[in-house]
Amino acid sequence: MTSATTVKTEYEAIIGLETHCQLSTNTKIFSSSSTAFGADPNTNIDPVCMGLPGVLPVLNEKVLEYAVKAGLALNCQIAKYSKFDRKQYFYPDLPKNYQISQYDLPIAEHGWLEIELLDADGNPKRKRIGITRLHMEEDAGKLVHAGSDRISGSTYSLVDYNRAGVPLVEIVSEPDIRTGQEAAEYAQELRRVMRYLGVSDGNMQEGSLRCDVNISVRPVGQEKFGTKVEIKNMNSFSAIQKAIEHEIERQIEAIESGEKIIQETRLWEEGSQRTISMRIKEGSSDYRYFPEPDLAPIEVTEAQLSQWRSELPELPAQKRHRYENELGLSAYDTRVLTEDVIVSQYFEVAIASGANPKAAANWITQDIAAYLNKQKLSITEIGLTPANLADVITRIETGKISNAQAKQKLPELLTGLSPEKAFAGQELISDPSVLEPIVDEVIAANPKELEKYRNGNINLKGFFVGQVLKKTNKRADPKLTNELVENKLNG
Amino acid sequence: MASIRELHEQLVKKERSAVEITQETLDHIQELEPKLHSFLHITAQQALEQARAVDAKIAAGEEIGLLAGIPIGVKDNMCTKGIPTTCASRILENFVPPYESTVTQKLLDAGAVVVGKTNLDEFAMGSSTENSAYQVTANPWDLSRVPGGSSGGSAAAVAAEECVVALGSDTGGSIRQPASFCGVVGLKPTYGLVSRYGLVAYASSLDQIGPFGKSVEDTAILLKAIAGYDHQDSTSLKVEIPDYVASLKPDLKARSKLRIGIIKETFGEGLDSVVEQAVTKAIEQLQRLGAEVHVISCPNFRYGVPSYYIIAPSEASANLARYDGVKYGWRAPEGDNLLSMYKRTRATGFGAEVKRRIMIGTYALSAGYYDAYYLKAQKVRTLIKQDFENAFKNVDVLVSPTAPTTAFKAGEKTADPISMYLNDLMTIPVNLAGLPGLSVPCGFDEQGLPIGLQLIGKVLREDQLLQIAYAYEQSTSWHLSQPKIS
Repeated sequence: MTSATTVKTEYEAIIGLETHCQLSTNTKIFSSSSTAFGADPNTNIDPVCMGLPGVLPVLNEKVLEYAVKAGLALNCQIAKYSKFDRKQYFYPDLPKNYQISQYDLPIAEHGWLEIELLDADGNPKRKRIGITRLHMEEDAGKLVHAGSDRISGSTYSLVDYNRAGVPLVEIVSEPDIRTGQEAAEYAQELRRVMRYLGVSDGNMQEGSLRCDVNISVRPVGQEKFGTKVEIKNMNSFSAIQKAIEHEIERQIEAIESGEKIIQETRLWEEGSQRTISMRIKEGSSDYRYFPEPDLAPIEVTEAQLSQWRSELPELPAQKRHRYENELGLSAYDTRVLTEDVIVSQYFEVAIASGANPKAAANWITQDIAAYLNKQKLSITEIGLTPANLADVITRIETGKISNAQAKQKLPELLTGLSPEKAFAGQELISDPSVLEPIVDEVIAANPKELEKYRNGNINLKGFFVGQVLKKTNKRADPKLTNELVENKLNG
Repeated sequence: MASIRELHEQLVKKERSAVEITQETLDHIQELEPKLHSFLHITAQQALEQARAVDAKIAAGEEIGLLAGIPIGVKDNMCTKGIPTTCASRILENFVPPYESTVTQKLLDAGAVVVGKTNLDEFAMGSSTENSAYQVTANPWDLSRVPGGSSGGSAAAVAAEECVVALGSDTGGSIRQPASFCGVVGLKPTYGLVSRYGLVAYASSLDQIGPFGKSVEDTAILLKAIAGYDHQDSTSLKVEIPDYVASLKPDLKARSKLRIGIIKETFGEGLDSVVEQAVTKAIEQLQRLGAEVHVISCPNFRYGVPSYYIIAPSEASANLARYDGVKYGWRAPEGDNLLSMYKRTRATGFGAEVKRRIMIGTYALSAGYYDAYYLKAQKVRTLIKQDFENAFKNVDVLVSPTAPTTAFKAGEKTADPISMYLNDLMTIPVNLAGLPGLSVPCGFDEQGLPIGLQLIGKVLREDQLLQIAYAYEQSTSWHLSQPKIS
């Protein structure tokens, strides 16, 4: 291996995410308008969120509670003393031409979020991603451009201020992420945490969860970071992953061909599956931050903090650990069950009602999940209660019904039929003294098949078992039937 | 014109109706406005409606409050629902607020009759009311002179009896200096005593609404009506409001020895000798009334003006960013893209002084300058606060001239912003410290122009300032003089 062309430089990507999460409060961060999504343009507005002359912001107390809870869930230190600042820039979607945000004293800092990836064998790989900070701020309005998808080049632009003043937390990660898959998993885990807390719905399509990616590449072993590029406009987790994978490739190719990476903001184009340059960053923008004089500094008391801490639910990572370690579930099942907090709640009620955890996990992640998918339903909308699922599972385990019977009745169970009714008179026949005469009868009625079997066609055993099941309306205990048939045929 | 109490008696005894009082006031305004230009909008229709409502209450035998049926002026930087609120700026020429500021709502609830919106320096930036985009208000005592500013319209209107009392706002002296120039009483309350909701912001950490009156009692009545916590203003204070009116007494002897501190630094270079003499005499009068006089030093007082002219413009540069032609107010028609629309709108919508302050503030907050300017100014602000705290360890109240001179000629200082800024030398530190300050008439110069005495109190001791001012006023006759408007 002396040829220079075969020595290939290995690169690694350094990735950090800035995530904006809309908090699911009923009213805006500094005023009383509704935060509901999808209302007619400029109907959820008021003098304060419109930045009319003379109005003043008043902090919605729920926003502080939600932000602190999110900070605690991300293992952050909560600031005892925090404040708001004005971030100044002119843009038509920003009613005051400054955004009330937090600059040097954010509400939460120095945290981490554990993500879990599955390797090719389905084994979990865990990694902690550092959280630099979490701060509160107000969202801007929304622009609709006529004749272009940007303000430059459009003939006119319309502004909808319904979103202006919707509360946000901005969560900045450390540059601990190395791949697109890790980034997508980080974003999903963040959403799970927010949903578990009930502080954000994390809906990417409606823009309540928005991720910007900072990414650079460097040869493995090099200490200095490469030039950072920002990517925006990813509307799904898979878009985050694909955008990063594309961008890593683009940057490596550029470096390999001797080009310089420029510091810029790039947009992910879903259509062409690539990133395109949006604007070149010349140094850092000067937002002329200064403390917001209209709002008093925020002080979180120890009592308030411990109150909020005590209200935190079990978080996704904690649940995953518990399901895997205590319930012995596979990493895959655990992920499916904990993805949505209401599914995990369903599962937990089922096992509290006596269901075997593995069996419950199987039912939920397979047959029930398929049904939910097909019907576009949420697990809380189906007729099969978790207690009834536990009932079904127990019937199978105690040999009262077969798995096949349960599956056969599942459509009715899912729409609300109780297991009691579904399986009335359907108990398996597992008494040999009842079953034996039936087996004898079947064998006697099929002399030709018996002869073929005895001549070596042992596959015909299935035929006899099937006949017994048919005769008993599938109530014959399959295992016992098998044994009896085999004994008789060979005997 | 009669005092609030006298008018109230007349109304209750049905000697005059609120409509009569209002109509007479409107007629008087009609007569004087061509000379004074105190008002930007006269709200005759709303005023008469409000007066009729008060009369109906009286006719129905209902009890009415002291302010019911009293004609009042409101500085045109307080939002009034359905009534133009321009801040004397082109950029808000057509702006009609869809909501009512807390103070004006309180006035309406009290039955007060708002006769109009008074002139001011554009966005309250100025000391002469000459920075109004619409008109220059004359000083009722000499029409060739300025009424002071920025609440010059309110001060002139009260002095000329175009209304009984008026609201102003004070960021660096904008109530007290015009009160001094126009020979009326003006009070800037403790920061947070009066809600700022609906007051168009100039410098949010300094702005405070306050009353003007011809007498201390009228001023106290109006303060009582507007003071108090407001959940819509996060900087408003949750405090009990004392009865400022009931505690007024004609002398200072009944109380434990009142200690007055003369701020040494306000008597020196730049102070007119006639102002100095009048203020010195006023202090002697306070002594005769029972006060003990000390000389106090506030060594950082002189840094008030420079730090103010960093902090106030910094806040203003952000507060005024919203006037961009996008949502309301003036939009320049020629812009061919967003940036040129912004630029043209702001270039043609704002006056020179406003632009100057926006530029100073933008510069002071810029990266690389923030520490040297804004942060340093905030540190100076803390030092000035400490000076006051130290002074108040030994005295109850501080005194100084309100302004270094009497009213100057219109046009005299417009070319020299620094000499204009120095007009607020005595008043600015009070805003930086968030303290209450009051100006009460204490004499006239040789040309018959009024002189004001400034009293500075401890936090939330408006009651004490009003008591001292009242005792002084009742023992002198300055407040009885009337400008003769020719």
